[in-house]
Amino acid sequence: MLALLRSKKPQILERWIQHQLTLDTLRDDLISNDELREQSEGIVNLIVDQISEQTLALDPYALEPILEYLSGIAISRARHGFSPRETSFYLFSLKNAMLDMLAESAGSDIAALYDMTRSLGRFFDELSTSTFETFIKGREEVILRQTDEIAEISTPVIRVWDQILAMPLIGTLDSARTQVVMENLLQAIVDTGSEIAILDISGVPAVDSLVAQHLIKTVSATRLMGAECIISGIRPEIAQTVVQLGIDLSQVITKATLASALKSAFSMLKLEVRKTQSQKPFLI
Amino acid sequence: MERIPILRMGSFLLVTIQVDLYDRLALTLESDLVQAISKTGAQGVLIDISAVSIVDSFMGRIIGNIASMARLLDAYTVVVGMQPAVAITLIELGLTLPGVQTALNVEKGMQLLQSRIQVTASVEEAPNEDDDAGSPE
Amino acid sequence: MLVVLNKDAFQIQREQDVILFRNRVKEFAVRIGMGVVNQTKLITAASELVRNMLRYASGGEVLIEVITRGRENGIRLTFKDQGPGIPDIKLAMQDGYSTGRSLGLGLPGTKRLVSEFDIKSTVGVGTTVTIVKWKNG
Repeated sequence: MLALLRSKKPQILERWIQHQLTLDTLRDDLISNDELREQSEGIVNLIVDQISEQTLALDPYALEPILEYLSGIAISRARHGFSPRETSFYLFSLKNAMLDMLAESAGSDIAALYDMTRSLGRFFDELSTSTFETFIKGREEVILRQTDEIAEISTPVIRVWDQILAMPLIGTLDSARTQVVMENLLQAIVDTGSEIAILDISGVPAVDSLVAQHLIKTVSATRLMGAECIISGIRPEIAQTVVQLGIDLSQVITKATLASALKSAFSMLKLEVRKTQSQKPFLI
Repeated sequence: MERIPILRMGSFLLVTIQVDLYDRLALTLESDLVQAISKTGAQGVLIDISAVSIVDSFMGRIIGNIASMARLLDAYTVVVGMQPAVAITLIELGLTLPGVQTALNVEKGMQLLQSRIQVTASVEEAPNEDDDAGSPE
Repeated sequence: MLVVLNKDAFQIQREQDVILFRNRVKEFAVRIGMGVVNQTKLITAASELVRNMLRYASGGEVLIEVITRGRENGIRLTFKDQGPGIPDIKLAMQDGYSTGRSLGLGLPGTKRLVSEFDIKSTVGVGTTVTIVKWKNG
């Protein structure tokens, strides 16, 4: 069978291209026929050259070069906008082309044809599964990167006054995110030498006991470093759930709004904001 | 034998820890510092741990002990420059260093000590206004 | 599926070994690109466990391993001693419990610092504590 496939290489390629052109998953809008032919030729050459007893037995080491090549194709097709279905059918049509060749030369030996079909089928199942995995992995990496980016951009530290920092929190707080929040806030405190940090939770949808615990930890860590932390933006619903859940926030300075937190930060730093007597003209 | 240097700055003592404290070194520091407070009559102790990357419960206990011993000798202790990662770890570990004052850096620690001492000094001063305020020497 | 990528054994006999051991753990953590906070948590946990080992079993052996579960890498430390063993692990894992002259946050505090924590102990035979810290865990 291996010798047969090798000797029929040009015919397999021709057959495969013919197959592809009849498929409804052919996307001549995404790839030109010449490019498709070139890509297909590369795959046929590689598979027919590499196919052996070991690869058909799915020996991972023997499969390695084929899988690596196909992963490259899968990734490049994914980038060009092919759907996973289109890429799978692309490979399946190669299998059909090869099977056609085998059927033509096998003649009436049904048992032998069955054996060959089976082992070739298994081989292609493995290839398409692993191409599919590569495709998913590519997607997962994008998701992970975006998660990191969200964690990064969703925790800005703002210097609202000399010695006063504010950090508005938006979205759900979980352990991983709290760690990023805590780290960014504490580092900013060290970098700016600020004595007071205001954590505003107006944008946090719900506070359960876990989130509350995270907040308490952030406050304690800030104090341990020698600064103070005020939590602002406590909405009435949050006040209700905190008490109903029996969470003790009495050790934490809490304020309803960022404005009142800033006011108490001023008084802690012995600062005063006053209206001036005479109105100075604005210089713009 | 290796020792952590103790610097005298006016009525305060400054200790900068720049190496990982193994147990004996930490215990030596504890006794050296208590001796130095008693000898100089220092009113405040600043312990700068900005170069310390690990504070475990042993080290936490040493810091707590120093603060309590200093208090018995009428001196305040302020720990300054704790790294964010160290603070987060100590909180997770459950070690909040009760009874130890902290400040962001040496400068702020110094201000904290000064305000502390002024408060006590003005209370002590109250009955006799002629007394020399602040330093006993 | 866990795979061990790299490993190293470390003997703990004297208190000075604590610092050397911490540095070794740090090398491994830095090599897999662990962030500062997780590094600090891991090293502090390791420091607590190794001190316990010295205090209760006068030493032992630690296995440092770099492990991976697909995408994520981590460090696994196995602390093995031939000490007296812990008769009641449940009690030892309670906050505030301690037989030694420590702050009593050893085991439960240490557990909070790491991703996975496992302890096995047989009275008269010894104790084995295994901790895992994932790079982002």
